[in-house]
Amino acid sequence: MPDIVRRPFFSIIALVIAIFALAPLWGNDVDLRESLVLAAVYITLASNLNLMLGYTGYVNFGSVVFFGLGGYICVWLVSAHDWPLGWSLLAAGLGVSALAFVFGAGILRLRGHFFALATIGIVEAVQAFASNFDPWGGASGIYLSTEVFAPLGGPRRALWVIYFAMIAVMGLSLYLSYAIKTSKFGLGLLAIGQNEDAAAILGVPTPRYKALVYSASAFLPAIAGGLYFFKSAFIQPTDAFDLTLSTEAIVIAMLGGQGTVTGVAFGAYLYEQLRGYLLTSDTFSHFQLVIAGALLLIIVLFFPSGLMGWLYARFPRLQRVLE
Amino acid sequence: MLGFIASVIDGVLVGLVYGLAAMGITLIWGVMDVINLTHGTMIVAGMFALYLLTSAFGISPYVTLLPALAGGFVVGVALYWIAVHRMVGRPPLMSLLSTFSVNLVLIGVATGVWGTVLFNVEVSVPGLTLGRYTFPGVHIVAAVLAAVIAAGLYFFLRRTRLGKAVRAVANNREAAELVGVPTTQVLSVAFGFGVSLACVSGVLIGTLFPFTILTGDSYLLKSFIVTVLGGFGNPVGALIGGLALGVLEGAVTPFVPVSWTLVIEFVLFVLVLIAFPGGVFMRRSRAL
Repeated sequence: MPDIVRRPFFSIIALVIAIFALAPLWGNDVDLRESLVLAAVYITLASNLNLMLGYTGYVNFGSVVFFGLGGYICVWLVSAHDWPLGWSLLAAGLGVSALAFVFGAGILRLRGHFFALATIGIVEAVQAFASNFDPWGGASGIYLSTEVFAPLGGPRRALWVIYFAMIAVMGLSLYLSYAIKTSKFGLGLLAIGQNEDAAAILGVPTPRYKALVYSASAFLPAIAGGLYFFKSAFIQPTDAFDLTLSTEAIVIAMLGGQGTVTGVAFGAYLYEQLRGYLLTSDTFSHFQLVIAGALLLIIVLFFPSGLMGWLYARFPRLQRVLE
Repeated sequence: MLGFIASVIDGVLVGLVYGLAAMGITLIWGVMDVINLTHGTMIVAGMFALYLLTSAFGISPYVTLLPALAGGFVVGVALYWIAVHRMVGRPPLMSLLSTFSVNLVLIGVATGVWGTVLFNVEVSVPGLTLGRYTFPGVHIVAAVLAAVIAAGLYFFLRRTRLGKAVRAVANNREAAELVGVPTTQVLSVAFGFGVSLACVSGVLIGTLFPFTILTGDSYLLKSFIVTVLGGFGNPVGALIGGLALGVLEGAVTPFVPVSWTLVIEFVLFVLVLIAFPGGVFMRRSRAL
């Protein structure tokens, strides 16, 4: 048995996944399921963003591109080529990951600022591409007919299947974050985050590691995007490449504590609850971005290590258990 | 062929305005190694100053340059103290995130107030007719004004005491502090001027094209491309980079639908970043 399986944190993640999977089954609670599926999307996006932001200190403002492109590839394969959902999801994940690797291998030879700029540009450019690309329906997007749910046992049952698949993707994201953090690869990434020149001199192959982690951080968000847009049976450029989602992922990662696995997952859950409250309140529903921005500014200015940083400072022993 | 040349010449005119917009971002980067992600929103702020002032008081669109210049400076200095001052000298992650979050707040409030409807400011300036082609008058006036303002910035940086202090701080902050330059104030002034340039170029762009609250993103991207072409931290390079982008847009327009322009520009941006990380036209060592 590998070492990380025996540590307590491994079981803590398993417990979280089990709670997510079982809670809505109890009494067939559809509202709870819809709230948790969104939380799972946030956890997936923020955990994978954290691989870049938290470990290597590179800001990726365009993480929604993975989500949206994955959604497009999956929905397109299902609708235009009649692929089964499973294979479409896999193709979406692998395809987006490969694209990210090629793009990352070029752009990540540059340092932090330039990479951040490129990731802002990529959202605009990919959205412009999708709006003009005819096989993907251009600006009006792609609609799925309800027949696509038939292989999953009809629409009602399909929603449950998608829910469990989403929880699986979320669980894999958490384990990926954990596995990378405890590996030699992860140590190399953390070294890049501390001091890239020193890391390079000590033998960390920095460009390759950065491109690899960028590509790894694309895989599960792309699958989550595929599931999400398959579930809505509809995808269009403005929804798929909505900058808000990238922003929320950053806010979540900073809120929970960049570079931690627990913090980011917890931050995602907190943010989802806060967002649910804001959306239903009359005063705040139009000002979601304002509140996200103000929250981020306060965190960056005054609490740069987030919730987990605060917890670690209070209870240093926690660092041994919670990654 | 004549149409192609006319399109390229028009590209040069618009390119000068892009160059002016990029000078704002490159000035701030050159002085304090901070990328101002509110830049796009500040350009839009200039556009809205143009729209609101011309529609409320009926003044000439070009007169709004003055309030935009002054207002942008005040906003810029305030922004510096709120979001940037604590971030100078910290890892790039932090200043990127802090200016990004301010941008979110501004965009959020503005979309709440104005929505995302399209605004258009009608400016009538007689065009210049050469043979079969007429160059729009607004493009010519905007290009001339952009060149004048850019020259003004150059004069400020080279000839005035405060401008020399800005250059000294950009060159070596500690040495500047040692010889008695109040570096913190100089940083805030430089940030103020950077935002001011964004607002002024926003006024000029607003006379050329229709705009919404969210237009800023694409101008932010254009400014990045221009700065990357011209070399980071170099205002003169920014002007040349702006010309290059304008010429490219002009040269591409006759052949490709407008909606693809952004994709082409982004691909170019990535290729240039990879091939010439130091900028194509100017080296960083000659900056400011």
